[in-house]
Amino acid sequence: MAALIRTLGASGFRRFATYRQATVAATVTNSVFGLLRTYVMLAVSAAATATGAAAAGYSGEQLVLYVWAGQGLIGVVMLWGWTDLADRIRSGDVVIDLLRPVDPVFAFLAADLGRALYAVLTRFAVPIVTGALIFDMYLPRRPATYPLFLLSALLATVVSFACRFLANATCYWLLDYRGVGMAWAVFSGLCGGLFFPIRFLPDWAAALLWFGTPGPSLLQAPLDVLTERDGWAVQLGILGIQAAWAVLLLWLCRVVQRRAERRLVVQGG
Amino acid sequence: MAERLRIYRELVRAQVRGQASYRLSFALDLLGNLLFFGSDLIAVLVVFRQVPALGGFSLRETLVVFGLAATGFALADLAVGNIERMKMYVRTGLLDAVLIRPLGVLGQLLALDVGVRRIGRVVYSMLLLVVALDAADVRLTPVRVLMLVLTPLSAAVFFCAFFVATSTVAFWWVESGELSNSLTYGGRDFTSYPMPVYGTWLRRFFGFALGFGFVSYYPSLVVLGRADPLGAPAWLSWSGPAVAALAATVAWLIWRTGVRHYRSTGS
Repeated sequence: MAALIRTLGASGFRRFATYRQATVAATVTNSVFGLLRTYVMLAVSAAATATGAAAAGYSGEQLVLYVWAGQGLIGVVMLWGWTDLADRIRSGDVVIDLLRPVDPVFAFLAADLGRALYAVLTRFAVPIVTGALIFDMYLPRRPATYPLFLLSALLATVVSFACRFLANATCYWLLDYRGVGMAWAVFSGLCGGLFFPIRFLPDWAAALLWFGTPGPSLLQAPLDVLTERDGWAVQLGILGIQAAWAVLLLWLCRVVQRRAERRLVVQGG
Repeated sequence: MAERLRIYRELVRAQVRGQASYRLSFALDLLGNLLFFGSDLIAVLVVFRQVPALGGFSLRETLVVFGLAATGFALADLAVGNIERMKMYVRTGLLDAVLIRPLGVLGQLLALDVGVRRIGRVVYSMLLLVVALDAADVRLTPVRVLMLVLTPLSAAVFFCAFFVATSTVAFWWVESGELSNSLTYGGRDFTSYPMPVYGTWLRRFFGFALGFGFVSYYPSLVVLGRADPLGAPAWLSWSGPAVAALAATVAWLIWRTGVRHYRSTGS
């Protein structure tokens, strides 16, 4: 089993390591948007400080870390651009996956984790360094934050994978992925904490998003853990919510996958 | 000339008919575009929950800046947004087919996929602009009305120029990824907030070197009837059309060079 995970993961890693130009292009793009977002956040922080309050509890330096770590994490949790399953459903190749002795959900997940590892080394590292060179960036002070952040980023990748898998799986029934893909892109950007920190929202709305949707578990969770906005108890609570979403969504993926397989059999594919 | 126009018109009409025939898909796309446009707006509204003003501009004033930029961008996206797919045209060899026809290359590519679906965004952004003008208590004078008509138009020409110029990268570098979009979309994000929000060198680069400052920020000063907190002279607000014309000329030159240097990928 462990050997299988390693093999599938390594194939995911290698596949993305061959798209070097794409990695460079994506990193540059993320950095341009990082610059624009940083200035907006710094202006918010300055205006809030002038009235004697911190913006939703973040200092300016914490917001800088929030923005640049967020730009890096886009590539790791991979919010956009994953249509592997939808493509295979449309072309019919998905039937081949069923013949393999590995659960498709598990196989896709292992490959995705390999891809995420490659992204940590490239797409995550570059924006962090860029942001730190240009701006005064907060660096975590509690040693425990680093392993907690790694764990949170891993859980975020799993939650993101499960969401993407479910969105792609709608193709079994709808055949066209574009509408669902667009809804997912908007949802993950707005409710994931990319366009603005979820803490900027009223408390009731933030709570609704944390507990009612997997959104904040995508980016907001690892970013809040990393910026040390809260004490370690809250950090652990955040990890708990993420873990709950990861388990729930992976279970849903398996249920949906089994239903879809039955449907394929009925169609005689 | 009249004959050519007729051919283009036929090409566009065929596209419109084709897109409208998939009713459900068409409706979903309209909705999706509303969502995308809405998410930018929500981001601005949420940010302003934290602060009374940003860079010296209130939410209502910022929405005027945002609305002007959004309308210009939506118009440009409607007209030439599909040029983003240049990469695909090059890779699939469609560009080669277009090149051997006795019609203008750019015109054909644009007519190939007129974004009827994106009409929704034009309507939403115009509505938002009207609401923002009302909320910001803008009293309409002839000068302001002139500015309100000129600005979205020159902004649209400006964004069109950027779409075309950046898509040309695909002639030289097929796998350019999102790189070319980062300037166009980065520029759009830049124009959504008043310029004093940004740091000096970013303002110089995006605002002046690339010219995005003239898309919405400087014109909005006239509409809002206030001076530039950064101390720019008042006439600068009227340079939008000139900047747009300059951008269009540069884009046309880049495009022409690109077409001449183009070597097929062989597919």
